[in-house]
Amino acid sequence: MMRLLLKFFCRGCPPWVWRWGTQVLVLILVVWMGAYGWTNLVYNLQRLNLSLGFGFLQNQAGFNLGEAPIAFSSTDSYAWAFWVGWLNSLRVIGAGLILTTLLGVLLGLAGVAQNWLARNLALVYVEVIRNTPLLLQLFFLYGVLFLSLPPGAPAIQWVGWLYLSHQGVSLRSLVFLPGAWVWGLWGMLGLGTLLVLWKWQPWPGGVGMRKLVAGGAIATLIATLIAAFLTGHSPLGWDAPYLDPNQQVQGGLSLSAEFVALLLGLTLHTAAFIAEIVRGSLLAVPRGQWEAATALGLKPRLRMRLVIFPQALRIIVPPLTSQYLNLAKNSSLAIAIGYPDLYAVATTTLNQTGRAVEVVGLLMTVYLSLSLLIAGGMNLLNRQIQRGGVA
Amino acid sequence: MISPGAQRPTQRQLTVSQWLGQNLFATWSNTLLTLVCLAGLGLVGGMICRWLLLYADLAVISTNLRLFWVGRYPLAQTWRLWGILTIASGTLAISWTLLVSLQRRTLMAWIALGLVNGAFSLAGGLTWGIISGLCLWIVGGLSLGQFLRHRHPTLPWLWLLPVQWVLALVTTLWLLGGGWGLTPVSTAFWNGLLLTVLLAVISIGLSFPLGILLALGRRSSLPVIRGLCVIYIEGMRGLPLIGVLFMAQVMVPLVLPPSMQLDQVLRGIIGLTLFSAAYLAENVRGGLQSIPPGQTEAAQALGLSAPLVLGLIVLPQALRAVIPALVGQFIGLFKDTSLLAIVGLVELTRMGRSILAQPQFQGRYLEVYLFTGLIYWICCYGLSMGSRRIEAILKVGQR
Repeated sequence: MMRLLLKFFCRGCPPWVWRWGTQVLVLILVVWMGAYGWTNLVYNLQRLNLSLGFGFLQNQAGFNLGEAPIAFSSTDSYAWAFWVGWLNSLRVIGAGLILTTLLGVLLGLAGVAQNWLARNLALVYVEVIRNTPLLLQLFFLYGVLFLSLPPGAPAIQWVGWLYLSHQGVSLRSLVFLPGAWVWGLWGMLGLGTLLVLWKWQPWPGGVGMRKLVAGGAIATLIATLIAAFLTGHSPLGWDAPYLDPNQQVQGGLSLSAEFVALLLGLTLHTAAFIAEIVRGSLLAVPRGQWEAATALGLKPRLRMRLVIFPQALRIIVPPLTSQYLNLAKNSSLAIAIGYPDLYAVATTTLNQTGRAVEVVGLLMTVYLSLSLLIAGGMNLLNRQIQRGGVA
Repeated sequence: MISPGAQRPTQRQLTVSQWLGQNLFATWSNTLLTLVCLAGLGLVGGMICRWLLLYADLAVISTNLRLFWVGRYPLAQTWRLWGILTIASGTLAISWTLLVSLQRRTLMAWIALGLVNGAFSLAGGLTWGIISGLCLWIVGGLSLGQFLRHRHPTLPWLWLLPVQWVLALVTTLWLLGGGWGLTPVSTAFWNGLLLTVLLAVISIGLSFPLGILLALGRRSSLPVIRGLCVIYIEGMRGLPLIGVLFMAQVMVPLVLPPSMQLDQVLRGIIGLTLFSAAYLAENVRGGLQSIPPGQTEAAQALGLSAPLVLGLIVLPQALRAVIPALVGQFIGLFKDTSLLAIVGLVELTRMGRSILAQPQFQGRYLEVYLFTGLIYWICCYGLSMGSRRIEAILKVGQR
């Protein structure tokens, strides 16, 4: 018997026994750990007199949020507070993604520029930002830009354009005037027609002709807009901030100090990483491509736009995706400077209700789905680019 | 734009005006760019100078220096901190020369530093004297490493290093926390840069093996193990770090029996480790994928068993290939320790915040945050410089 067992386990044992044995063992271990944690959790919750369930979300929140894109008051429910926090998060993530891409690409291009000064300034910027923590940068921006200003009247005023005070920033902004929807309809119609013509191409003459038609259409649109501006029928108007007699800023696009500090911090921080990605990718395009483009007589700007950048884009997109994800996840640092994003709302809720399991679960689900959404979108884009679709 | 890595024709000595013409004023757009940069530089530089000369009050730094370094660690136990610094610097010095050949320049720099500090100590001040001693101690460590490597070049120093590190870490923890004959010091008094470095070093040390295991699991042919590893890695990478740290602070006590409550610092380390391991696993996986299958096949043909193939052939090559990515991850982890400030650990960032709360230094944001940032910067930049030297020695990307 012993010999049989020994033989089975040591020599005669077929590989599939090992394979399945290991897997079953690991599975048992994981399940056991889960069960152990769960038992303790149930026991601890009983001890603390808590139950599990999402019913508490309907209760009155009882706290106020510093800012809310939609109406919120302390009598609203926890669920509504979460929703408002989520909108606040999306607001800063959306704006951050756009701004950081622009700044990052610009810095990356500066990193390979012929201009010695621009190249080295970009280098210094990247090295300073990448080697200090984002949280510290947020504290720095919030403290220096806003907290150190005296409360009351705006400390920095560019009359009609920008006011910066302890509470936040007011900017001159473009707004839609009442008649704008007609223009919107008109523009959509024009764009739709153009798209149909572009795809269908009912005229001979190939790409040159297509460009001519598209250029003509866009020129017409711009000309009508200019005409509308001149005659006072414009769909867009300026909303300029101004100081009222009490030294309070009225009008304009008004952004809270917390929002601006968070947006600036996320943008400046992520841009340094994107700049390095862009620079590395540009340098990774084979030397022959640069030389061939130069030999064809392309000027530096055309060479970059037509030859180098489209190829670099294929290298850029995968790491860029992870930087986008980082920005989205880092937006949760909002809590450090008091911007009421999803994470901040969740923490406050947890402190008030003690519902750790539910709140943490909710938080993780939301952030995971956002990450999956961004990753999915970027993967679609990546497939397009790798196929040579966009260039 | 310059073409990357282009072989330039034989270098010609440029005059100053030629250099300017080529690098700053080549075309009109280039000139414009230069002027814009200069204007920006002048503006920022002017602001900094004005602030330094008129407004800056560096007393907030100098009076709180001890808080920045070690926080509220008991004054009477300061000798233990010096002991830790001695152990750490000695360990680092020996490791450095065992990995990287010693240059005379480095040695001279440390000797000079020691002498300068010695001179300071003559003018008064025990601290300078101790630092001077430390510098000479480092010189000794560097020389010892060099000596050992030359005397016994065949010994596997690379594999002995972890042993040395673990010993140093255990001693450090004993000196810090006390017990076994020393006065116990609660973790609430481990603050400042000391805590930041401690958190980073321990988390790096723990997440590295965990990351390798996860990477191997993800490439395993066993579906259950692979699936679990994928779920863990992708799940962790989809979460914000602050969420994970928060979970470690709030959930860990709930899933453990009440009799087994973990210390706050330990919970912070758990959070950091679990998070960082997922990212490290992806880096290591990249390295594993870069190893051609011929390597494994050749090793198997030589009759090596599976663990030996992995340990002797695949992993060393894979890890060497991803050293830059690993160091990048470690630097990230070092910076990420700052997030523990939010969940209540008084590390460097949080120390800066609490110094700002002192009534006589209220509103000194620039001074405190710039100084804190400088400390982080020196640590991170030093790490990346060191990694570049090690890369050069191990010839990453050259084989």
